[in-house]
Amino acid sequence: MAKQIVLKPEKCVNCQTCVMVCSFKHFGEFSTTLAAVSVFDYEEDVVTVPVMCLQCDEAYCVNICPTGAMHHNGEGVSEVDYDKCIGCKLCMQVCPFGNISFSPKQRKIFKCDQCGGEPECVKHCAAGALLFEDPENDSARKKAVADSLKNMVVEEVA
Amino acid sequence: MNAWTGTILRVNLKDKTIVKEALNTKWANDYVGARGLGSKYLVEEIDPAIDALGPKNRLIYMAGPLTGTSAASSGRFEICAKAPLTGTIGAANSGGYFGPELKFAGYDGIIFEGVSAKPVYLYIKDDVVELRDASDLWGLNVHETTDALNELLGSKFRISTIGQAGERMSLFACVNNDKNRANGRGGMGAVMGSKKLKAVAVRGTGSVKVAQPEAFNEAVCDARTKLRAHPVSGEGLAALGTEVLVNVINESGALPFRNFRDGAVDPNADDYSGERLAATYLIKNRGCFACSIACGRVTRVTNSPYASFGEGPEYEAGWAFGASCGVNNLAAICKANFLCNEYGLDPITMGTTIACAMELAEMGAIPEEDIGFKLFFGDADAMVRLTEMTGKGEGFGLTLGQGSYRMAEKYGHPELSMSTKKQEMPAYDGRAIQGMGLEYATSNRGGCHVRGYLTSPEILGVPVKTDPLVTEGKGALLKLFQDLTALVDSSGMCLFTTFGIGLPEISAQLRTAIGTDESDEDFLLKGERIWNLEKQFNIAAGVEKDTLPPRLLRDELKQGPATGKVCDLATMLKDYYAERGWDKEGVPTKDKLAELSLG
Repeated sequence: MAKQIVLKPEKCVNCQTCVMVCSFKHFGEFSTTLAAVSVFDYEEDVVTVPVMCLQCDEAYCVNICPTGAMHHNGEGVSEVDYDKCIGCKLCMQVCPFGNISFSPKQRKIFKCDQCGGEPECVKHCAAGALLFEDPENDSARKKAVADSLKNMVVEEVA
Repeated sequence: MNAWTGTILRVNLKDKTIVKEALNTKWANDYVGARGLGSKYLVEEIDPAIDALGPKNRLIYMAGPLTGTSAASSGRFEICAKAPLTGTIGAANSGGYFGPELKFAGYDGIIFEGVSAKPVYLYIKDDVVELRDASDLWGLNVHETTDALNELLGSKFRISTIGQAGERMSLFACVNNDKNRANGRGGMGAVMGSKKLKAVAVRGTGSVKVAQPEAFNEAVCDARTKLRAHPVSGEGLAALGTEVLVNVINESGALPFRNFRDGAVDPNADDYSGERLAATYLIKNRGCFACSIACGRVTRVTNSPYASFGEGPEYEAGWAFGASCGVNNLAAICKANFLCNEYGLDPITMGTTIACAMELAEMGAIPEEDIGFKLFFGDADAMVRLTEMTGKGEGFGLTLGQGSYRMAEKYGHPELSMSTKKQEMPAYDGRAIQGMGLEYATSNRGGCHVRGYLTSPEILGVPVKTDPLVTEGKGALLKLFQDLTALVDSSGMCLFTTFGIGLPEISAQLRTAIGTDESDEDFLLKGERIWNLEKQFNIAAGVEKDTLPPRLLRDELKQGPATGKVCDLATMLKDYYAERGWDKEGVPTKDKLAELSLG
């Protein structure tokens, strides 16, 4: 299975570097509005959460696209064929996560394309909040939950 | 335009006029940006002799060419004005997210002129720029104002604001952005308050471009890789924040204790160290814009009379409320620091001014009735209470709000203000780190550690280890650090990058962003030009000569590695002036000014 971008919000320090390198990679300029990744800051809870396209297998954006511009590329990523895109923005409207954007200036739909297999955001994330991994290999969290259950049992026995 | 937006906002607070003018590109080239460029505009527009809190002072926000790019730790901007605390040129640098947002809105800087009749704030949403009524905000503190404006305008606006201390023109009021980041020193918040300007709210949807995208990206990747690999910027600061220094500096016998009176070793320093903070109140690390270091600490104090929530303390603030006041209660130190972020006060000057009051009170120089209660070193409750009184402008807090020099002078002991040019020295003893003594004496904005951080070579061994007790060679070393720092501050990058990268990496990012073939040495020369520009302003403003409080020149340290030492300033100063190409009185020579195109 193809690698995917794994989000670790507990490690995110809200530096927004991912936002900068994303817009730079795709548009050649630095802008918070031209990035396919966003970072939200929940100040009171002291958590910041990066979000971007989750590359759904059953992708509404692909299903609804009337021209076939939005398509699966065969490597687990849905991407836009700009020759076919008519700018109807239906994909934006149906995305359950709001992860497809439109630039009024560029007249262009855009979303995370994983930079062709080498995501810039992951490369620059010093905090380790963004990883590029095989999804089935992410057993660490499973283990962490198992650990806490084990600890509960140990405590109860004690 | 590459790296720049090309537009400066000029806002006249008296006439309520807002003009968008072209960036002076010659000055941008000669003075780099941020600190250097803001200072150049200031020098050109004000008479150095003016009253810093009068209508003729300017308040200048200025971003750097790298601000709002992916360059390493590059989200910084400067606020410049004649500084009310020192009477020197004032330039205070801050991280956070405000600077990049200003550039995304389409502006490299903002120049505020005059005084508004009523409280106002500046609203910026891309092309729309308006002065708006701030009557409802006046009287609110930093966090309240930020929340109120975010509620009104939306959470995407970045807010730079003063608290009650700035409104009341406390001489060390700062300007905070994103709540807990501050243009901290010299009283920029007091200048803002004098103008009845409460805040600037900015939201930008535009972009910043660079001249050579591929080469720039390479330079950025190189710098970031080195920063992440370096033990200070990649490990120490990331793991423990700036408080990592507490034990390091204490072990070097350089942690000034009780207003520098009782030496430079605090037996209880570990109680408020970075290690202790991490083990107790630290919730999470936080990074400014585009920063891989993330030295910021989000902290929450619970189960304590000092229960509170905020960011910090930074090393120097932790020292000012810790060793300086003889306090080792970390919860109280956090609380006092949080209060500074709320009221908009520079915590270094706040803590050291309280420390000075503690010494004067113990001597009997300040009558107990003036303060309202008995004051002595180590009293954590009193320290927190006095910080709050200063923020509110209540009772003795009004005297404290003038800084330690004016307070100590009022009570007949100006020599016990541990300041240079009326601004308090922070957390490094110039007797134990000789280079820092020279740095404090010659700093263009008074006592300050971030104008030529010789602690880096003297203690941390970065980039090379020097002997902190030796005076030889410190003049040349300090000149290099001061010039490089002026360049870094002006670029939009954070000074902390200089732990992991140096002139070649900084210049490479600047060169490819701006699109120039200037050499590394050309860039360093700009740093020297900025330093001399600042010095010329101070001479014209009649600022006192370069010296240190007598305590550092006469009282020998009695403990630690520097036992028996005073700061041998005279020797280093002579050497330093010669290295600078200045005369014996510390005045830049005609030849030097001509060399720097400043004549």
